[in-house]
Amino acid sequence: MRFFKTGLVKGILVGLLWWLIGFMLVEVIRVAMGLPAAWDPNVPAGPVAGQNALQWIVAGGLAAYEPAMVVAGIFFVIGFMLGVGTMSDWLKWVRGIDTPMHHGPKEGDPGWFRYFGADYSHKVIGLQYGVTAVILLMFAGTLALIFRVELANPELQLSLFGANPEVQGTLNWFNTLVSAHGMIMIGSILLGVGAMSNYLVPLMIGANDMAFPRLNSFAFWINVPGALLLVTAIFIGGWNTGWTGYPPLSAQAPIGVQYFFIGVFFIGMSSILGSLNIIVTTLTMRARGMTMFRMPIFVWAAFSTALIQLTATQLIGLSFLMVLIQRILGLGFFNPGFPDITVIASSQLWEGGGNPILFQHLFWFYSHPAVYVFILPGLGIISELLPVFSRKPLFGYKWIALSSMAIALVGFLVWAHHMFVSGMNTYLRVPFMLSTLLVAVPTGVKFFSWLGTLWGGRIDLKTPMLFTLGAISVFLIGGLTGPPLGTVTTDLQLHDTYYVVGHFHATMFGGFVFPFFAALYYWFPKFSGRQYNERLGVIHFALMTPAFWVMSLGQMLAGTRGMRRRVADYDPAWGIDGVQLAVSIAAFIIAFSVLLMVINLLWSSRRAPRAVANPWRSRGLEWQIPSPVPELSYATAPVVVGEPYDYGLPGSTYVQLAPAMTGGD
Amino acid sequence: MSAIVESPQVQVRRNRMGMWLFFVSEAFLFGGLLIARFFLWGDTRPDLPQVVPLGITAVLLTSSFFMNRAEVAIANDDRKTFQRGLLITAFLGFIFFLGVLIFEWGWTIEDGAFVLGNHIHPTSGVYGAVLYGMTGMHALHVLSGIVIIMIIWNLGRKGKFSAEDHWGVEATAIYWHYIDLIWIFFYPALYLIGTAVPAGGH
Ligand code: HEM
Ligand SMILES: [Cu+2]
Repeated sequence: MRFFKTGLVKGILVGLLWWLIGFMLVEVIRVAMGLPAAWDPNVPAGPVAGQNALQWIVAGGLAAYEPAMVVAGIFFVIGFMLGVGTMSDWLKWVRGIDTPMHHGPKEGDPGWFRYFGADYSHKVIGLQYGVTAVILLMFAGTLALIFRVELANPELQLSLFGANPEVQGTLNWFNTLVSAHGMIMIGSILLGVGAMSNYLVPLMIGANDMAFPRLNSFAFWINVPGALLLVTAIFIGGWNTGWTGYPPLSAQAPIGVQYFFIGVFFIGMSSILGSLNIIVTTLTMRARGMTMFRMPIFVWAAFSTALIQLTATQLIGLSFLMVLIQRILGLGFFNPGFPDITVIASSQLWEGGGNPILFQHLFWFYSHPAVYVFILPGLGIISELLPVFSRKPLFGYKWIALSSMAIALVGFLVWAHHMFVSGMNTYLRVPFMLSTLLVAVPTGVKFFSWLGTLWGGRIDLKTPMLFTLGAISVFLIGGLTGPPLGTVTTDLQLHDTYYVVGHFHATMFGGFVFPFFAALYYWFPKFSGRQYNERLGVIHFALMTPAFWVMSLGQMLAGTRGMRRRVADYDPAWGIDGVQLAVSIAAFIIAFSVLLMVINLLWSSRRAPRAVANPWRSRGLEWQIPSPVPELSYATAPVVVGEPYDYGLPGSTYVQLAPAMTGGD
Repeated sequence: MSAIVESPQVQVRRNRMGMWLFFVSEAFLFGGLLIARFFLWGDTRPDLPQVVPLGITAVLLTSSFFMNRAEVAIANDDRKTFQRGLLITAFLGFIFFLGVLIFEWGWTIEDGAFVLGNHIHPTSGVYGAVLYGMTGMHALHVLSGIVIIMIIWNLGRKGKFSAEDHWGVEATAIYWHYIDLIWIFFYPALYLIGTAVPAGGH
């Protein structure tokens, strides 16, 4: 089987080997330091009577070896990266061996082979990102379906969560599934963002690849062990903190929380390295004539996103690292101990003095800007597709471009709106409320420009356009429900209820999921060379959009009636049974419709008729070259001579492909 | 496919930009640690002996001077000074590293087991946590810097660099100066600013 020779398989195998090495290393050090090791008979660890090894692990038995587990997890990632082969060129450089850039599949390998290993082409890497994103999306969605079954009715239903005393189930499973759903979805979004920016940015600016192709491949692959650790976390005891991982709860959560931390840490590293690449590519590799204000609007969005990812991501990494270290080495960053700092200062026994609020500051300093990481590329897709399908110039190009930058910058000044009830200093509340509401201005700019673009256009309702319009409708719900949360008085009521859940699902679906699907359909002919099935696409849209409205509005309604987030049960007296059931049904409809899309795209990529050269009559650079894009995207250097979105203006040109050069430069 | 291969000058320009972006990113990591320090310690600090920290700080700053000498030397094709400068830099960096590990952290043996904590334990509340956390994160970077310098030294021995083509040396040098710069912020934050409160320790 050829598959066993792929980088992916090698990565997993070498990763597991390194896992073992890391584990043993810690145990040996422990012995050297005089601490009890794993095999010490006095360590009360190991399956108890009536438990097999697997049940013992799933119940969190490995917690007794937490330091070894943590180091092993980090070693797993290193081993994986060595095994998959993205670092082999760098390792050769270190030894003084030069490695010329190789393009295209290796001699004698089948075409699919390069997608499962280290490959430096941004077109391959973009698809790797995309496929991984969709796989994670389906996995995390399945987790949500499980707990939506539980939530469809009051009281406990599922034995997994302890409804049936005969079967060993616990509510820890509910908490774990909620937490895992949240964080794996976020991972999926980050990968989806990576898919769009990696595939599209070089093509859209007329470059043949990214500035640092090896780094690009590294940045993709490090997501894979990261995601594997996130999934593993579920099965080694889980964790009960939600995706936010606040201490002090996360400081005493089951051991799964450690693999959650490590997984997120490395996915974050991917964000940092990937965004660095996008920024350098955008700044230095644009085609001749493409000034900043002649770039496609999506490139602006990807660029603003990258600025956030490059900087803010460090803070979530740091905050998670600090809890990780507090757990295994006892550094009490977040451990309050004595309630009063003056006591500590005068005490010889220095214990405590830590402050969990610090974690929330560090965490949200990333995680609020991160929500713009999720949505800015999606909003860019909306702005990108509207002119194509309305056959009209984009209304207010410069304003949209700059509003992305403005959102990115203002997004750094609002983080504490997640902490109004946290116990932080109360005088911080009003400034953060004001800065939060300020975000509405650049967001509003985008909305008005979209309306202006649609106004009087000759609208062509193809699937990508349907999803774009769906995105606008859904993002409108999300955006309008934000200000009540940003306003202190109302947020004191709404915090930690399902209202917040409804709000952020609307923003994330409107800002990412709908536009991402639009992008998948729109560029499908580009990367596969074939045309997807339009009818299935329309059905997908017709199922998903109303179902989503029901879901998020239902969540908000339940929240205002008292439904709290991350709780498995609720009081029938609130009268939300019907709403909860409707939300669960809507969730299943959404899942089914996504399945339709996956089937459609998979089937079409092999069986569907070949796509015409430029099916959407787009002016974009990437549509002026053959589909699927050849190994060397632009054999002749394109020259930009006009404005990108002058649809419907006779005689205007955006780009000229210079007469063919022979033999390169 | 030659069109994808850029001229070395273009690639070096991109590398340089990438490197600086990386520093911007790292600044947020170290900035986060500094914020943690001011959030948790406020206007206090643990009362620690001052001589060793001052000494190793001086050593680290001196190492930057030799790093710079090495870089200037290779730009003038002076290989001998270049190689020697790298070695001295790595050596001084290593002294700094050992200084943190042995004198600041202080590994001692008690009852047949290694324990950490000359002046203050890592588990001694928030003072220990921040002190070990910040010096630890910085020491990790110093260690990586030493490893990279040794790699560059080895490549230099093989004659990889020339006056025209020494991006690797340049990158290493700015990385080393950067680590130095971080310490210039960390050192006063940990040892100088704020009222000293008595160190707990054992
Ligand atoms: C007008 C714009 C927006 C405003 C004023 C706003 C305001 C807020 C506020 C104040 C909260 C905290 C509520 C609480 O926990 O009590 C919140 C939560 C949240 N928002 Fe927004 N938001 C806006 C747009 C967005 C966008 C575009 C996203 C992008 C995906 C987003 C994602 C989230 C998420 C994920 C949470 C929940 C975080 C958690 O798990 O606690 N929001 N929003
Ligand atoms: Cu926020």
